[in-house]
Amino acid sequence: MNERAASYPRPDPVAADDARFWEFVATGELCIQRCAECHTPRHPPRPVCAACGATTVEWEPSSGRGEVWAKTVIHPPTLAAFASRTPYGAVVVRLEEGVFMVGNVIDVEPDELAVGMPVEVTIVEVEEGLHLPLFRARW
Amino acid sequence: MTQAAVAGTGQTTYAKDMGRTELDLACEAIRAACGDAGLPVSTVDGFVSYHLEQVAEVDLVTALGIPDLRLMARTPSGGGGAASILGLAALAVEHGTAECVVAFRARNRSKTASYGADPNQGGRPWAKAGDRLRDFRQWQHPFGVAAPAHEFALIASRHMHVYGTRAEHFGMQAVAQRFHASRNPDAIMRDPVTLDDWRAARPIADPIRLFDCSLENDGAAAVLVTSLERARDLRQPAVPVLAQAQYGAPIHTQLADFFAATAAFGERDGGAVTARERLFARAAVTPADVDVAMIVEPFSVAVPLALEQYGFCGRGEGGPFIESGATRWPDGDLPVNTHGGSNGEAFIHGVNHLPEAVRQLRGTARSQVAGAEVAFVCGAISDPSGAVLLGADR
Repeated sequence: MNERAASYPRPDPVAADDARFWEFVATGELCIQRCAECHTPRHPPRPVCAACGATTVEWEPSSGRGEVWAKTVIHPPTLAAFASRTPYGAVVVRLEEGVFMVGNVIDVEPDELAVGMPVEVTIVEVEEGLHLPLFRARW
Repeated sequence: MTQAAVAGTGQTTYAKDMGRTELDLACEAIRAACGDAGLPVSTVDGFVSYHLEQVAEVDLVTALGIPDLRLMARTPSGGGGAASILGLAALAVEHGTAECVVAFRARNRSKTASYGADPNQGGRPWAKAGDRLRDFRQWQHPFGVAAPAHEFALIASRHMHVYGTRAEHFGMQAVAQRFHASRNPDAIMRDPVTLDDWRAARPIADPIRLFDCSLENDGAAAVLVTSLERARDLRQPAVPVLAQAQYGAPIHTQLADFFAATAAFGERDGGAVTARERLFARAAVTPADVDVAMIVEPFSVAVPLALEQYGFCGRGEGGPFIESGATRWPDGDLPVNTHGGSNGEAFIHGVNHLPEAVRQLRGTARSQVAGAEVAFVCGAISDPSGAVLLGADR
């Protein structure tokens, strides 16, 4: 019998702004929340602008470009969904907009990940109905 | 204003799978702290704990027979609050809100001891998050980043990139603490390890290896805070609380915010920098006056970060500071975690570091820093956190 990989844990947010982020991702777009008043970007989504206090927001497509800000290679898995792929790489990316995201770089071997590596987002349907913003190296 | 002092400390045996409830463990540690001070438990009129503490004040009142509880206070989060619970107890005493306040932590967190369904009860909270991510975990779990080891590994990698810190620097601290633990009969890990042992141990999340990690065990620890004047009449030498300071920086479980606000290293200060000046100014001492430090470290990487952010060495110099032997008893200038810390003595979310700071100032530590007069304790550097300075009453 084939072992079937465990399912990914799925975002199922309470906050409407969080849900909006994932709705954009599901359509293939990485969009970042911006303050409608002072245009400061923020991620993860929040109800208030920390810079000016405004509560109105707009969503803008991100350039999707950024750099690896921090990286690790994870050995024993914590989550069942990742048990079959250890060791795997994980990164924090700083997008050009200045916000940070946790992610994975899909076309780089874990040991070849490097802080400072330029990357760009790619949205992947990792299993049926679950799209995630992942990254590829920009060589 | 009244000055506060630690008058008693208490701790249970630290061990894996003790099979006792957290209430049971808390009661033992609290009673031991009272007994150490020579005060009846009925004099306790305040409790301070972590916001995720599962032992409720109301249960302690009933179980211990506390007739007149006047203060109940909690602070974020886990290890971040280890010094802050003592700091808050001191504040309450200084302002007369309460006169005899216990700060404590009790844990039954064995892997198999699933104590209840609440995310903070038993087992690992991140392993109990489930496959529907309602909260902040949605930004990390889908990418396989779920455990504190993963988060600290990412933080460490940035520090290594900016400053040239090496994984071995974290290993050297882990080895120093295991040496300290080997001298401590209360420690769970009594066998010392070498740096080669550290290299040979399995990797958890690069650069973190097994011996860099805190232990997974049960137990409880408590400290009793009262006025310095009263403490001087009690059984043990009084240990004055010289100063406390907190800071509200983001937490490692929310890395996007953490990196944006505090952990860019080189580009931006760490969170503790904001508390450092307040802390040392209140005590009218400098980092150079500190004789011994207890630095709460879910992973050994937290030690160099705390040493830098609190000003014991320059930015980026935490690794070389450890490599110089400065944090190792007996010859180091600033022995750190002389009881063996979270990877050697026990993991009580850092609260076992408080009794050791007190022992150092009473002159009763197993790895005693000769003539120690000022001790520093800080909570985990990666959380909303804080620090206290304690003194010898000479």
